[in-house]
Order: sequence, then structure tokens, then C-alpha cells
Amino acid sequence: MPQPDGSSIVLTTRVQAMLGWVRKNSLWPLPFGTGCCAVEFNSSVSSHYDLARFGAEVVRFSPRQSDMMIVAGTITDKMGPVVKRVYDQMAEPKYVIAMGACACSGGFYRAYHVMQGIDELIPVDVYVAGCPPTPEALIHGILELQEMIQRGKTHHDRLKTQDRKATTALPG
Amino acid sequence: MTDSRHKTEKPQPPFPAELKALGSQILGSEKTGDGHHEMLVDRSRILEVLRTVKEDPAIHCDLLVDICGVDWPDRDDRFEVVYHLAALETGLRLRIRVPLKEEDPTMPSAFGLWKGANWFEREAWDLFGIHFEGHPNLKRLLTHEAFDGHPLRKDYEPGRRCLLTEDEIMTPEWARENPTDNDQFETHILNLGPSHPATHGVLRTVVQLEGEVIRRAECEIGYLHRCFEKMVESQGWNQVIPYTDRLNYCSSMINSVGYALAVEKLLDVEAPPRAQILRLILSEFSRIMDHAVCLGANLVDLGAVTGSRYFFQVREEIYGLLESCSGARLTVSYARIGGLSHDVPENFSSQVRVLLDTIPGFIDDVEKLVTRNTIFRDRTEGVGVISGAEALAWGWTGPCLRASGIPYDVRKASPYLGYENIEFDVPVATTGDCYARYLVRMEEMRQSLHIIRQAIDSIPGGPVMIDDPHIAPPEKSKAYNEMESMIRHFKLLNDGIQVPAGNGYGFTEGANGELGYYLVSNGGGKPYRIKVRPPCFAIYQAYPHLLEGQMVSDAIAILGSLNIIAGELDR
Ligand code: SF4
Repeated sequence: MPQPDGSSIVLTTRVQAMLGWVRKNSLWPLPFGTGCCAVEFNSSVSSHYDLARFGAEVVRFSPRQSDMMIVAGTITDKMGPVVKRVYDQMAEPKYVIAMGACACSGGFYRAYHVMQGIDELIPVDVYVAGCPPTPEALIHGILELQEMIQRGKTHHDRLKTQDRKATTALPG
Repeated sequence: MTDSRHKTEKPQPPFPAELKALGSQILGSEKTGDGHHEMLVDRSRILEVLRTVKEDPAIHCDLLVDICGVDWPDRDDRFEVVYHLAALETGLRLRIRVPLKEEDPTMPSAFGLWKGANWFEREAWDLFGIHFEGHPNLKRLLTHEAFDGHPLRKDYEPGRRCLLTEDEIMTPEWARENPTDNDQFETHILNLGPSHPATHGVLRTVVQLEGEVIRRAECEIGYLHRCFEKMVESQGWNQVIPYTDRLNYCSSMINSVGYALAVEKLLDVEAPPRAQILRLILSEFSRIMDHAVCLGANLVDLGAVTGSRYFFQVREEIYGLLESCSGARLTVSYARIGGLSHDVPENFSSQVRVLLDTIPGFIDDVEKLVTRNTIFRDRTEGVGVISGAEALAWGWTGPCLRASGIPYDVRKASPYLGYENIEFDVPVATTGDCYARYLVRMEEMRQSLHIIRQAIDSIPGGPVMIDDPHIAPPEKSKAYNEMESMIRHFKLLNDGIQVPAGNGYGFTEGANGELGYYLVSNGGGKPYRIKVRPPCFAIYQAYPHLLEGQMVSDAIAILGSLNIIAGELDR
């Protein structure tokens, strides 16, 4: 990096850290809004709370274009296969936030048609508590996820380490 | 308790003599106390009775309000199908109950009389296994295709789930056929939703396209079926309130107030005047919030993103008020049976006045941006047209019905909460298209502000909770220091409010139309059955018919204008 006095400095970092830094600041959310929590998600991206301040405002409804799935609302058994399919369609690296009691655990619907937490189906990185969580709580969840991405602690990173271990362990 | 009895009930029109002539067993309206005439009819005569009720000019029940099932495993006739009917002109309200044997739970379909019976009957089939003969498409509605059993029967374990795999996802039969005819080479099937930006949560429509024109459509719902009606059977009467808040979550206060009013009717009590007027003010604010979401989302779908930002700011402003009253922004759980959970903050009036000054600005902004915007008008005028008669036949109520020229509004037709003392207009449009629905909602927001403006000056003092030890828990200081209060507190919280055995239907004007609760109590601390009559359920069932012959992009404009809220639709 050239400096004004003609000298140049070099910034050293690890590729991983660099990638994490880039990724965490350009999250593209896919709002999978079903229930009441989706309304609070809308509040979070609206002008008052303005999620754009945290580099996560480019809401995309296409799974191919987004990397952070925010499941906001109750997932029923009927909806389950759809969640799974949408998740599968997202490209790696991908992250999942379970927003609200329903997505985390089924909430107060312990009943015949309600999935008791989306981790029955897909891996979750951050659970945001609340019924519904306030926009502040959601934003906190996203910041938490950013931190995890930076430190390489997300589900995606864990999978990759496992993969690497598996390949190095291969004979020959 | 005498002073808290119902005083505002409008006199019910007398029981039509024509119905007496039918010779059914008539349970007088005195018995129900909810302003309905009740009849018990044998299933062999039900069609005849329904036809008379609809077609006899002296009765003329033009609105089929609701059909639902009730399960009584201990009775000889295990099932019961309950019809609620209304005549808009005279204000007559009927409830018809039909007992059915367990071995043979079949009865004729009312679809030929009211198209609105369609989904109500499908729901009763799905949840109770009651078979309606002659129904055009009797299959599961709320639960999924792989579901086994009928969950609202009393012997169905609330927690027993059936899992669905991906290959079992519903496709209508007509969509599976391959068009072989050469003339149809341009026909193809398109699936909208359930995960689609314009389907507002979880609605799914399968359409058959010929070029860009929709030839056929079918809706699938139930993607947010959270088993409200099963869950509440295991809760106390007051514990139901958080669940009602999550029905139409865009205006939760209206739901819980409607529910509390329905239970109060059953208990034959009335909340104190201060609570009533506060409920009214907060309900009207909720109506504004609901319309703001509906219009905002409709605008986003049509490409006018700015408008929705203004409207979401309206919501933020109102959230502030709700939060200061109840502690929650969205799902407030603020109403209680017999009043409100606690009083409003001291600066309530000044907060409301600030809102009354700021909200019109946002509405004006959108008005200026949108109302005369050519693109918006081109996309909405003449699109999704439905006539008043047709809308009524489908069971529509609320702003959508009023946009088709029928001025039915529960707040005027059977006033509650003191709406009879307040002066306001019911906006009506005649064209019945998306644009008319937009205009009606815009005007309703202004009318709501007008209502609040009048109500805010007349908030009386006094308690916000009824003074009845069987309904309201004693004050905390008393519960700690007085033996008797402590016992009462203990009993009330353990056993819940005891509602006398009986049934009743309470209805209010929700943001989307008539929101009704049919309550059945067997005299215990828990509801025996609660059936919600969600306004958008009736509205959405007409959606496929509105689509036929329209362009595919109009499907989005129409859907947005109907304001379908999945929480209330699927429960
Ligand atoms: S967590 Fe609460 S607010 Fe969110 S979807 Fe579930 S019930 Fe609704």
C-alpha cells in the first residue's frame, strides 16, 4: 500500500480472516417470513431501524442470491419441505437465523401441525428469542452472526473443518 | 353485578313466523343471550330450512357467516354442525345447530345456496371429519396432504404430528394433466408461493396460464395452520388472549378485544366505561396499522416502494403508544376478560394527541404520491372486479365488501364499545375493483382518526377492570395482606374464570371485516370449543374466481388489495 511519503506498507492477514471480514459486512438476507415475526422483520428493514446500517439491507427473495436466511415465524409441518428446499437452493456459504420463539422451538404452539423448531430440518447459527423479538433483538442477532462469521464459528465453517479432516484422513 | 349487565344490546328482530312454520325445534333467543335466534334442526330437513332462510323475503339471510363443527363424544349424537347466518337489512341473526351421529357424520352441502360455504365445509371435513354431500371439492384444507385423522375431535392427541415429505406437496389434479391438445400449446402451469415475495407470508396459488392470461386457479392454504383452536382448549379463558393476538397480528388489539367482548357476553357482564373507551381507541389505532400494512404491501407489489416506507413509519409511531400501554409493540395481550390488564400511562392523552397530529401527514403524503398516479391507477382500476351481490355470496365483509357497494359495518349494524355514541362515516365505493378497495381503506384510516379524536375527549375516570371477584384478580396489596383476597386470588389463578355452560357468538368489526368468535363452554375454567370466524378466510376463497381471465401480473395486485393475513386465515 503506497503511502504519501513514497514508502509502502504491507498489511498481513490470513485469507480466512479476510474472507470473513468481507462476508460479514455484505450479508444478503432472505426473509423467510411466515407469521407475526415477519412484521417485525419488516420493521427492522424499514427506515426507523434501518438494517442497512449493518450491511445487511439487500433483501433478496431468491435463495440463489442470498446468503443469510432469516426464518421469521412459525413453521408448520406443511411448510417444512418448502423451508428445506429453499435452504438447499442457497449457495454456500450460507447462514441461518431463527427469529422468534416459533422458529426456535415451536413457541407456544405445542400442537399437531407445528414444527418444534426449525432445527428439526436445517442447521441454525443464531437463535433470536422473543415473541416476536424486537427489531433491536434481531439486529443484535445479526451482529452476533457477523461476529461468528469473523471468528469462523458458523455452521458452515464447522462443516468445512470436518470436510478437511475427512479428506486428510483418507488413506493414500 | 346487576349494574354491569348488558345495556347496549340492540333489540333483536322478532323470530320470523315463517321459520316457526317449518316445525323445527326452536330454542328462543332468550336462551342464548347473544342476540341470536337459535334452532335445532334435523339433518334431513336442513337444506329445506336453509333454503327458506335464504329465499323467504321475510327472513332473507343473505350472509352466511360461518359453518363449524363441535365434537361431543359423550352425547348420543356425537357431532354438531353449527351455522351462523345474518340478514344484513334487518339485522336478524340466526344460529342453526344440526346434530349428527358418530357412525354417519354426513350432511348435505350448503354450497348451492351460498358459495361462501365452500371452505367452511372443507374445514369442518378436515378438522372433524364431517362429510358434506354435494360439495364440489371436499378435501383437506388446513392440514397437509399426508395428515391422518381429524385433529379437532376430542380424542385426537394435541401433540400427535404427521410428517410431510417433499413429494407429497399438493398439486391440483387438473395441473397434473399434460395438455395434449395441440391448440393448448401455450398453456402452462405456474406456481405462486408459498415462498414468494408477493404472497405475503404463506399463501399458495397454482394457476394455469394461456399466454399471460389466467385460465384456472386454485389456492392452497394452511401453511400457517398453528392449531389455534386445539391449543386454546387446553388453556384457561384468559390465557387464550395471547393466542388471539396472533390471529391477525397486524392489528392484534382488535382480536383480543373481540374475544374479550364475546366472553363477557357469555358471562353477561360488561367492562367498566373507562376500559371500553380505551379499548375503542386502541382498536381504532390498530385498524389504522392494519390498513397501513395492507396498503403498504400492495404498493410495494406494484412497484411503489416509497409509499410503504411512509406507512411503516405510521406503524412505528403507533407501536410507541402500544408499547407504553402494554409493554409490547406488536402482540400486545393488553385486553382481559372484564377490562384491561392495567391502566394506561398518565401521558396517554397527550401521546394520542401527538399521533392525531402526525399520522394525517403520512396519509397525505401517500395520497399525493399514489392516489392519482397513472401507473397505479392503470394497474388497479378495473382489476379484480367483484359485484356486491357476488361478494356477499362468498361471505365477504369489511372494507372489501364496502368497496363493492354494500355498506355493512359491524360498528354501525350492532354497535359495541360505545360506537353508537360516536359520529363517523362508513366509506363505500361502488366499482368493486382494487382501486376501490384502496380508496376505501384510505378513507377508513381518516375515519378512524376522526373516531379517536372524539373518544379522546370523553375518557371517563375509574377502574379499567370489572369489580367482580370471580373475574378480576384482587389487587396485589390485598392478595398479600388479606386472607379472603388471597384465597380468591389463588382460586382464580388456579381454576381460571368459570364460564357458565352455554354457547354464544360475539362479533366485532376487525380490520378485514366481521371477526367472530363462537364460544362453547361446558361450565369449566377452560373453553370447550372456540371457533374463530376470520374475515379473510371468506374473502380469500373467492380469490381463484377473481383471477380467472385476468393477467398473471394482476394476480399480485388483486391479492394485495384483499389483505389476506395468514395468521388469521389458517389459525
Ligand atoms: S414467535 Fe411469536 S410473534 Fe413470532 S411467529 Fe411465533 S407466535 Fe408469532
